[in-house]
Amino acid sequence: MATVIIPPTEKVASVPKPRRVRVWRGVILLLALVYFAGPMLVSFLFTIDNHEQGWSLDAYGQIFSVEGFTQSLLLSLELGVSTIVLVLLLTLPAMLAVRLGAPRLRPVLEVVCTLPLVVPPITFVAGISTVLRWGPDYLADSPFYQTIIAVQNPSFPLVLVFAYVILALPFAYRAIDAGLAALDVRTLVEAARNLGASWPHVMFRVIVPNLRSGLASAAFLTLALVLGEFTVAQLLAFRTFPVWIVTISGSQAQVSVAVSVFSLLLSWLILLFVSYAGRKRR
Amino acid sequence: MRGSSNRSWTATVPLLAVATLVFGLPLAVLLGGSLIRDGSFSGQNVAESLQGAYRTALIGSVKLSAVVAIVGAVLGTFLAYAVVTSRYQALREAVLTASGVLANFGGVPLAFAWIATLGNAGVITTRLDLTWWNLYSFWGLALVYLYFSIPLMVLVVVPALDGLKPQWREAAQNTGASTWQFWRWVGIPVLTPAILGGVVLLFGGAFAAYATAYAMVGATVPLVTLQIADALTGNVLVGHENVALALSLDMIVIAGIVMAVYLPLQRRSARWLQ
Repeated sequence: MATVIIPPTEKVASVPKPRRVRVWRGVILLLALVYFAGPMLVSFLFTIDNHEQGWSLDAYGQIFSVEGFTQSLLLSLELGVSTIVLVLLLTLPAMLAVRLGAPRLRPVLEVVCTLPLVVPPITFVAGISTVLRWGPDYLADSPFYQTIIAVQNPSFPLVLVFAYVILALPFAYRAIDAGLAALDVRTLVEAARNLGASWPHVMFRVIVPNLRSGLASAAFLTLALVLGEFTVAQLLAFRTFPVWIVTISGSQAQVSVAVSVFSLLLSWLILLFVSYAGRKRR
Repeated sequence: MRGSSNRSWTATVPLLAVATLVFGLPLAVLLGGSLIRDGSFSGQNVAESLQGAYRTALIGSVKLSAVVAIVGAVLGTFLAYAVVTSRYQALREAVLTASGVLANFGGVPLAFAWIATLGNAGVITTRLDLTWWNLYSFWGLALVYLYFSIPLMVLVVVPALDGLKPQWREAAQNTGASTWQFWRWVGIPVLTPAILGGVVLLFGGAFAAYATAYAMVGATVPLVTLQIADALTGNVLVGHENVALALSLDMIVIAGIVMAVYLPLQRRSARWLQ
């Protein structure tokens, strides 16, 4: 008899447990929602709360008239585009070569493309600024002196492009590597070559179209990185967009938060695209 | 094909050359410079970087990063578990996509969003009259750093949680194990490498963070990144400029040691999560 009775009691006893789990899960998700969405909503409220006249979007209108906005945003965008072009031109051929003909260089490439993650950007910039400071002392009579001056041109600092290429390497490498892993690169290349395609043709008409999503996420990750990068630009004294936001924060708190919300939405859109494309691919 | 294979290494030359010049050279100069004082070889810079205010800053950074890493790892794991065990696929997708966005997101705008929310004149601080609260402090920074650390942890630990096979749980239950015993002897040991790996990544992220701290606290919380920036922009005794380089070297050594722990762990966890 006992065996007949036990199963139902067990069933009854097991019912509250899932409910407890569900409540617990709901609480966690709710707290996460408050923590992650809260600051965004509240800073938006902060920007539209005009103490005398109630709510207004004035702060957003003022963004465009604050001195330096267009200039610094354009500079950051230009740096972003140049960095994307350069990082793709450097990594893609190297990664293809490693897959096709020089597998022994693969660990080297992997280390080179991982190290920038280990080395904190601020130490990297400490090194760069020392090179730029020492360079003129030792190279004053050589053509390198002119080069060192030229890369620091404030209207388009090439030194930032190179620094950002290094910072972007890990992200570009992993995005492209994931893309290449999904392709049979060797077959594609050999087929194209056997049919008489030149190397540039193989590159731009065969590899690039097949790697679209990997290249796109590499590009957008790089763009997001450059648009948000503060450490290197500030310490080398270039006025990129994030540096500009900090410089205006002292005098115009509301506008600086409005710009932050604006740049948040911008980089979220970019990263959302990457995150979504990346998850779809997998 | 063979001819081109032999020369294919040439395609890696531009990348390696740029990396050597732009990354290798500054690091070499950093190492060299930190060992030079007044034109001669000396360990004084490194010694100075481990004393006084610099020492406080180094300890402050390690403490903050450790707190953020451990709290972030615990909270991130719970959040990931809540998502993974959910029946709703859409919730899972949404949380993972949002994590991908938030984990890459820090810097100045994040600092300002929190200042507007919980800073001295922030909306919540003034509305709720939180006079005891100070965002520009150690715990304020920790709260803000968790904003990008927890999502990173979620991304790291979700694959590991997916790898916890339901069969293991059933096997444990069938052999009479309690929930606690399952977690103690199966769940946690399998997850440990992924969780520790996450702790390391979170530590590295918080340790290297500069923009958020600079925009938020200026110099009220001693952090090594703020000290380096201070020294780089000329705020040191004449002749002691290379202390910034020595401090950077200290940072690289600490980050390197912590990261060195990560690689073997990752290999161990990969074995279980096929």
